[in-house]
Amino acid sequence: MSKYLIKRILLAILSVFVILLITFFAMNAVPGGPFNSEKATTPAVRAVLMERFNLDKPVWQQFLIYIRNLTRFDFGVSLKTGREISGTLSTCFAVSAKIGGIAAFVAVIIGVILGAIAALFRNRWPDRLIIFFTTLFTAMPSFVFATLLLMVFCIQLGLLPVFSTEASASKYVLPVIALAAYPTAYITRLTKTSMLDALSQDYIRTARAKGVTTRKVIFKHALRNALIPVITYVGPMLAYILTGSLVVENIFNIGGLGKQFVQSITNRDYPMIMATTIFLAVIMVLMNLLSDIMYKVVDPRIKLD
Amino acid sequence: MADLNKNKSGVPLLQVIDLHTSFTTDNGEVQAVNGVSFTLEEGKTLGIVGESGSGKSVTAYSIMQILEKNGHISQGKILYKGEDITHYSEKQMQDFRGKKCSIIFQDPMTSLNPVYTIGNQISEAILIHSNKTKEQAKEATIRMLELVGINDPQKRFKQYPHELSGGMRQRIMIAMALVSEPDILIADEPTTALDVTIQAQILELMQELQQKLNMAIIIVTHDLGVIAQMADEIVVMYGGRICERGTADHIFYSPAHEYTKGLLRSIPSVENMKQKLVPIAGTPINLLNMPKGCAFCARCDNAMKICLEEVPPELKMPDGHYASCWMNVKNNNYVSEVSANE
Repeated sequence: MSKYLIKRILLAILSVFVILLITFFAMNAVPGGPFNSEKATTPAVRAVLMERFNLDKPVWQQFLIYIRNLTRFDFGVSLKTGREISGTLSTCFAVSAKIGGIAAFVAVIIGVILGAIAALFRNRWPDRLIIFFTTLFTAMPSFVFATLLLMVFCIQLGLLPVFSTEASASKYVLPVIALAAYPTAYITRLTKTSMLDALSQDYIRTARAKGVTTRKVIFKHALRNALIPVITYVGPMLAYILTGSLVVENIFNIGGLGKQFVQSITNRDYPMIMATTIFLAVIMVLMNLLSDIMYKVVDPRIKLD
Repeated sequence: MADLNKNKSGVPLLQVIDLHTSFTTDNGEVQAVNGVSFTLEEGKTLGIVGESGSGKSVTAYSIMQILEKNGHISQGKILYKGEDITHYSEKQMQDFRGKKCSIIFQDPMTSLNPVYTIGNQISEAILIHSNKTKEQAKEATIRMLELVGINDPQKRFKQYPHELSGGMRQRIMIAMALVSEPDILIADEPTTALDVTIQAQILELMQELQQKLNMAIIIVTHDLGVIAQMADEIVVMYGGRICERGTADHIFYSPAHEYTKGLLRSIPSVENMKQKLVPIAGTPINLLNMPKGCAFCARCDNAMKICLEEVPPELKMPDGHYASCWMNVKNNNYVSEVSANE
């Protein structure tokens, strides 16, 4: 197990490095730079700035400098705000992860329950109703859904504030719903399919033949097997959802990671782009590792090494 | 002996009377079992033999009421110690399954839940039907594993199904089925998925446990060799109906149904090694499209006009066994006609 973990972590570092390398050179290949849009920069000021941030050096040298700083966990400062990047990132991540964490939790719980219900009532009205809504939420783009939520709950019904500066819980309700809608729908469909598959297996018949109650047949014998495919999906989903959604964060005006990422790209804020990329890559790799380990926990047939 | 095996009231252990089981499908109602009757005495072995689709497994599943969702018993009775269990509620059936009657299946590779340990799955069967604690259930499980010939039961208890071989898994299935000491063990093609040496071991194990636990066995198979080794009484099925029933001697030495005769002709034996085997021509019957007369008619070499038109009645043979074949009427080779409710 520990040998496996070490191997996976080394591989993870390698893949993060490759992502970093590609991003760095791609970012620099795009014409323009961080100080292009500034007004009234004299060539002299610009030259000082360029030198200050090593932007006058060849790209490969910049890359080496960046890596050297990175090994000391120095992400640099934002070219736009001048603030420490690590500080900005952790603030943004805290916001995104809070909303995303709740949304992921809601998605898994509701998705599994609805999926199981749909499987048990196959081809009857609960199944049809659930599948209708999951299709709807899978098909509807999040910006449409998020805007719709705002319109109905904030403007027409007036139940929730459109925008609030205080940290009240009601502020998070709609973003969580908007974020959770797609993964909930997806997990529901996944659970239904794998539950139907599990219920038709021979071991279900064996369990019934032992005299196991219907409830236990479903929740002990079928559900655990049905969850195996769901787990594979949950890992990457967590990575996406924790790191914030650009659309949802913009519509609800939440200063999370997704919004930060896009802003840093439009600003050509090189260190910020790099830091965000590394952060997203690390989270993605970690969540994949986590889902592989979870896989092993649920299914004893899986050998990790 | 026969009298000793009956319980005091003289009521047989299990009596299936005129059982009809059908499945609702998109293409219509499929009558998988069509008027099957037989009796199982305590401690005896009944063999149900037939080809795929003959309704033999469905008969077994009907007794346990573990049919697929679209299947149901449409007619007939199943009497366990004189009590009709076809009207039992699901809760009553849960008590019946595993405690009074257990079943083992064809494929031990897929019949165990892959995500739970052997110990968990056998203990579960104990905990359902008794007030034992988890510790007591574990002890009982280990004893049972020893009884079915599993080496190192302490270690196996913690292992998962995928860590064991097919033969071992079938032993586990048997252990799980017998752990509450049921009166009846139904074995649905218990050796079909195993290789021949393991097959013999499993059959011997079943016979040994039958002696020890004094249980009755219903063995469902298409393998006449297995039937010959195991069964006291045999029921031959074709197209959801019984063709012939009697003792093993009756069926093997004086078959009175054309289908049984055909089956016996298609077994290789030591004496006729050089002869070509005679297969039964044609393909199994389509249950959705049952003929008006005898189900076997289309494949029968000696079919007559009446075979096409009327279902043959069950006839009592001079030697005391039963067969449903018009040939016996033609040859006037029977004692009496049997009504469906006997």
